[in-house]
Amino acid sequence: MVTLKELSTEELFASGHRLCAGCGEGIINRMTMKALRGPTVIVAATGCSEVATTIYPFTSWRLPWAHVAFENAAAVASGIVEAYNAMARRGAWNKKVDVIAMAGDGGTYDIGIQALSGALERGHDFLYICYDNEAYMNTGIQRSGATPHGADTTTSPAGSVIPGKPEWKKDLIGICAAHGIDYAATASPAYWNDYITKVRKGIEVDGPAVIDVLSPCPLGWRHDSARSIEMVKLAVETRYFPVYEFERGKYKLNFNISRPKPVEEFLKLQGRFSHLFKPTYRKDVIDEIQQNVDANWNRILKLCTQN
Amino acid sequence: MTIVGLTGDEAVAYAVKQSRVDIVAAYPITPQTIIVERFSKYVADGEVQTGYVCVESEHSALSACIGASLTGARVFTATSSQGLALMHEMLYVASGLRCPIVMGVANRALSAPINIHGDHSDMMGSRDSGWVQIYAENAQEAYDWTLQAFKLAEDKDVQLPVSVNLDGFIITHCMEGVDTLEDEAVSQFLQTRKPLFTVDPEKPITVGALCFTDYYYEFKRQQVEAMQNARGVLDKVCKEYKGVAGRHYGVLETFGMEDAEAAVICLGSTAGTAREVARKLRAQGRKVGVVKLWLYRPFPNEDVGAALGHVKAVAVFDKAISFGARYGALCSDVVSALHTLKECPKIFNVVFGLGGRDVQPADIELIFNEALEAAKTGLVKEETVFLGVRE
Repeated sequence: MVTLKELSTEELFASGHRLCAGCGEGIINRMTMKALRGPTVIVAATGCSEVATTIYPFTSWRLPWAHVAFENAAAVASGIVEAYNAMARRGAWNKKVDVIAMAGDGGTYDIGIQALSGALERGHDFLYICYDNEAYMNTGIQRSGATPHGADTTTSPAGSVIPGKPEWKKDLIGICAAHGIDYAATASPAYWNDYITKVRKGIEVDGPAVIDVLSPCPLGWRHDSARSIEMVKLAVETRYFPVYEFERGKYKLNFNISRPKPVEEFLKLQGRFSHLFKPTYRKDVIDEIQQNVDANWNRILKLCTQN
Repeated sequence: MTIVGLTGDEAVAYAVKQSRVDIVAAYPITPQTIIVERFSKYVADGEVQTGYVCVESEHSALSACIGASLTGARVFTATSSQGLALMHEMLYVASGLRCPIVMGVANRALSAPINIHGDHSDMMGSRDSGWVQIYAENAQEAYDWTLQAFKLAEDKDVQLPVSVNLDGFIITHCMEGVDTLEDEAVSQFLQTRKPLFTVDPEKPITVGALCFTDYYYEFKRQQVEAMQNARGVLDKVCKEYKGVAGRHYGVLETFGMEDAEAAVICLGSTAGTAREVARKLRAQGRKVGVVKLWLYRPFPNEDVGAALGHVKAVAVFDKAISFGARYGALCSDVVSALHTLKECPKIFNVVFGLGGRDVQPADIELIFNEALEAAKTGLVKEETVFLGVRE
């Protein structure tokens, strides 16, 4: 774990961007920049962070930053990493450059999963960060493979028959770990030193690494924008979002939540779950979510104790 | 110079090897496969220093190429048909971000129904993606154009991606004697890429920013200018190439056009057959000629006007259909290039060779006869001839 004093005071992610108040991505971007070890290139997928930080002719990035499209951040990063290697072989490049790809959950869990899988399989030396706000927020809060069960989004609306998204969230870390990569982790920006430490680890790993960081979205989750960090802290304290890492074949729980709060405490602060509380209290759905949270926690705990 | 037996695909792979490319990112698809197979062997045998990114799709192939190109590296990819269609989104990004990527396209029909044989549906479907398009007639031209394509793409006044098109199977898989250059000659002709801007931590830039109503249009306008520049730069590149290779290329090649009254204009391998038929007919005293376009984008309007302006009738060969349009893509361009002339020749469209349907000299002779008839009568009998189709 890093300490505050160890962090660079240099701000490579400049203020003045147009992300919403309380958006997790701005916080995550800034923290990510604090974890760099040297010259770095950022590859961004299409998404909120991209559209809000690089409105031409302005940019928030004081380091090289490239956006190509939505589904291919991992593929673009592959090309950049290998191009530096190739140019180094012919003596035209002598700098060590770290490459970080950043994409939302839409660009990672869904449309970008193929490019990510290919890049992980090929083993390029780069870090992939998924800022996971659990829906397509940039296009107006549509459901993604990362959207939790029961959430009300514009394409999984809470209706009179179907109470929000019927499906459950994908296991991204499991998918990434199955590629045999050396490092994969989840993180919550409420625990800044854990996140920054993980970014640094992901950079230092020789080969691909993936971090799925929970990113609060006041607009999509419909919570008070002043309470964003509290939201992602509650997500951890309720075991809704377990914070753990997969390192060289071994799982490790970073925060053991021995006395978890009921998931309801996390759900009830967010408009995306408000239909579970009003007009009728949907105990059935909330119980179902709680059971899933428990099962998922036990599954991860088992993985961590198997080591 | 050494003459070696190479298929069109092998000739392209050999030219890429000699071009000292930094990155090849590609996904296999028939009939492009030989290009990537040969090139991976060069990598495996240590004959090149190139990084070969063996991607999981064509979409990722071009995405990786774009990333690599942004660093200032020299980049190549190759594809065909469905692969080019899957790349479609990235084609526009490559040109919009001004990445001078060179791509070999083994032209093949598009599904459905699925078909692996050659026609131009793939590249014509990508016609407006901002790529310079070159069509080769045979393996020799595929080799020569691949070398020239890098120089054209990377020129400071162009900075655009270039596709070198070769007809599936007819060129890609047909072995011919190819006159190859020595490595030193290629190095002399094609120096290391000198990029204008790169992704470099020492000079940070933002690439691929969001441009709204206030700037987007200006970026597109600059691409128009770059395309126009490509026309002039091509002449410069071809002249330099003649200096090292002795072979002289340009935007188009003509046969028998000095005194022709009726002409055929086409792309790619069809030109060889058309020329042989024209040779035979001319020996019989019939005034026919052939225009083979090497450069399709930017479309060389003035050159086409100069080549065809004096004839009475033109048959335009399109190896792709533009559904619902009056003419195929090439024919529309030819009409557009000629209609401002004082006397515009009579023009008709020949759709042919779809899904690799063979075109014999007799078929082309039929079209020359139609064209000569139109030249004589001043009337076009059939606006679009679907050559060789069973009705």
